[in-house]
Amino acid sequence: MLLHDTALVFGRYARQTLRSRFAVLLGLLMPLLHLLFFGPLLTGLPLGGRGSSWQILVPGLLLQLALFGAAFAGFMIIVEKNLGIVERMRVTPVSRLALLLGRVLRDTAVLVVQSVLLVVAALVMGLRAPIWGILAGFAFVALLALSLASLSYAAAMRVRTPQEFGPAVNALIMPSMLLSGLMLPMSLGPRWLDVLSHAVPFRYLVDAMRDAYVGAYATGSMLYGALVALGLAAVAVTVGTRVFVRAGA
Amino acid sequence: MAIISTAGLARTFRTGNGPVEAVRGIDLTVREGEILGFLGPNGAGKTTTLRMLTTLLRPTGGAATVAGHDLVGDPAGVRRAVGYVAQSGGVDPQVPVREELVTQGRLYRLTRDQAVRRAAELAEDLGLTGLLDRRTSTLSGGQRRRLDIALGLTHRPKVLFLDEPTTGLDPASRADLWDLVRRLRDEHGTTVFLTTHYLDEADALADRLVVVDGGVVVAEGTPGALKLRHGGSIDATLQETFLAITGRGPAPAGSAPVSV
Repeated sequence: MLLHDTALVFGRYARQTLRSRFAVLLGLLMPLLHLLFFGPLLTGLPLGGRGSSWQILVPGLLLQLALFGAAFAGFMIIVEKNLGIVERMRVTPVSRLALLLGRVLRDTAVLVVQSVLLVVAALVMGLRAPIWGILAGFAFVALLALSLASLSYAAAMRVRTPQEFGPAVNALIMPSMLLSGLMLPMSLGPRWLDVLSHAVPFRYLVDAMRDAYVGAYATGSMLYGALVALGLAAVAVTVGTRVFVRAGA
Repeated sequence: MAIISTAGLARTFRTGNGPVEAVRGIDLTVREGEILGFLGPNGAGKTTTLRMLTTLLRPTGGAATVAGHDLVGDPAGVRRAVGYVAQSGGVDPQVPVREELVTQGRLYRLTRDQAVRRAAELAEDLGLTGLLDRRTSTLSGGQRRRLDIALGLTHRPKVLFLDEPTTGLDPASRADLWDLVRRLRDEHGTTVFLTTHYLDEADALADRLVVVDGGVVVAEGTPGALKLRHGGSIDATLQETFLAITGRGPAPAGSAPVSV
């Protein structure tokens, strides 16, 4: 039943996405602009990593895409709550968990598709990376999207208006993005910044992805990255489930 | 036979300013096949009671049985037996009517074929057939309301809860909706539990009225009996009766307090 219901909810929201394909492309605008206008600035700089500057930049841009795309996912459910759609579905016997998972999986799928498009653009710009590394990168994107979308929906279920939600999410996401070294490796900065950034989970993901992009799979960073990504997903889905099972009831 | 019975049903909300007792203790019985009008001033606890009876909100006190299922112990059983049409309806403006109807059937665990057939049936029944391929945002107020009700009737519920079903409708659409509610009861034996701010609606439609105020039931009976008992005569208007019971009129939806 959970599978049936999740597929049903996923289908409803996947159709919603297909109705607004333009928005999917628009969501790519920010990382694409970084790729085009920021990427070329890095090609001659000593970034301290192995491989080219693209192998350092692209993993960061992919996670940035997932970060912003998924963190604001909750917006839609605030709108749907106000339209009465959430309650209309909650009075049916549909699985409460499916109402969360169907939505979250849609968001994850959209972000993976956007990531593929971004990587294609990066290949045109000059990225060269091993295929397994690129695929591992998509797995990290998917886990991050799943985690943040779950948390975003959970938070949005407890908020009444989009006006309260947007600034709060922004206030959390902006510092996390800067501190996790998505744009430039944190190892370039002063020691205190590097240490501080280890408090941000995304730091571990981006380090792992950068390793994957140079084909270094058996590293400590990969291990920590995978553990943090899986741990984050487990916590986020648990939190989301609790909120969705209880919400209102 | 009672299809809904509640005893001391209560809900207290915890807020920043301390607990708010939205519903203090509702005792009521609804008979099968009855059209029950649930009246009360704004903030009396009507919608909170409705949301508890439809499993959307867990009671903080008391007990209730709906269509033979215990509200707290078997919410899934209650959900299969009741339909709920909220004040706000609950359709996505961008989604076509057919898709909303079919998805709703699937949420009630119909197979794809069954859901498609049920959608066509409901559309036929509620005069939506020509509108199936339109987005819900293009429907008129009356058409929208009929779609909301069609969604609530998808699984042929024994009890249909309607929260202010005619608010915002023009007089012709209201009359249509009254006919629809009567037809549901007469043809399918559906029990209808409706809240309303319109006393003429309660008078015309309901077999029996339950008046709540301050989160408790303050009066109940047929419109005639209430007029006689509280309004002073069978010829009293329901407005006079209502004022006598609650000390104030049923404020219309969305009315703002007047600033002095």
